[in-house]
Amino acid sequence: MSTEAVNNHDAHAHGHEHEHHDASDMKVFGFWVYLMTDCILFATIFATFAVLANSYAGGPTGAEIFELPFVLTETMILLVSSFTFGLASIAGHHGKKSSVLGWLFVTFLLGLSFIIMEIYEFHHLIAEGFGPHNSAFLSAFFTLVGTHGLHVTCGLIWLVVMMVQIKKNGLDTNNNTRMMNLSLFWHFLDIIWIFVFTVVYLLGVL
Amino acid sequence: MAHNEHTSHGGASHGTVKSYIVGFVLSVILTVIPFWMVMSGSFSKSVTAISIFVLAFIQLFVHLVYFLHMNRSSEQQWNVMAFVYTVIMVAILVIGSLWIMLNLNYNMMMG
Repeated sequence: MSTEAVNNHDAHAHGHEHEHHDASDMKVFGFWVYLMTDCILFATIFATFAVLANSYAGGPTGAEIFELPFVLTETMILLVSSFTFGLASIAGHHGKKSSVLGWLFVTFLLGLSFIIMEIYEFHHLIAEGFGPHNSAFLSAFFTLVGTHGLHVTCGLIWLVVMMVQIKKNGLDTNNNTRMMNLSLFWHFLDIIWIFVFTVVYLLGVL
Repeated sequence: MAHNEHTSHGGASHGTVKSYIVGFVLSVILTVIPFWMVMSGSFSKSVTAISIFVLAFIQLFVHLVYFLHMNRSSEQQWNVMAFVYTVIMVAILVIGSLWIMLNLNYNMMMG
């Protein structure tokens, strides 16, 4: 009788945990679907850029205004930030709260450096007189790279919120789910950037 | 033990430090090669253009597998399905736009 009770208890606990996982899985899947729609948003902007990429209207070409070493640095910073976010996720699965916070902070600093470099680039171009109004190519360039930058900025805000939530409530179920979503978001932005540097910068300079 | 059980559960798989390092190193290599190809200029334009696109798509898969932990397990089935659908949509959008607009340009030039 007592073993039966124990078994029942076990079964119940397991069932409960399973339910928990299901709810969390559904949330992560929902976020995944959002990311897929975001992919389509970026695809439309990429298509626009590709169509307008040679419409210089007498303005500068990509080869004249892009600095590849600068872009390579940006790319590496974003890539390292993806890696440090991975370390934060792993620390999260081992329940190491302070290590999660540390890696999230490193990720934040790297993301911030990326955004600062991008703002510097935009500012530099506009100051040189190559603002978005000069040609269809430049409009498409600012729209595409700017939209990516806006996403990274949102990611930075989310990172701050995440750090506050983990600091307050620890690594509970909700925060673990949020961490998984944020990790998908952050890695997704790095994937978009692969195509930005390939299509916009490398192909532009070629 | 409890931790192990926890990590093996659940829909999304989590990856290890090793898998992140492998993904990171591969990504660095797949980033440096296209930049080097364009900056050195030692290949013809068409070879470089095709190579950087191929390398970008390889890097896309490296990220999907090592950072987003996509795989063919049954828990991931719906994620992969949504992804495949998105890839089709993106292909129609991008290739379709380019096809139509380049064709239009061509015909306008002739007229």
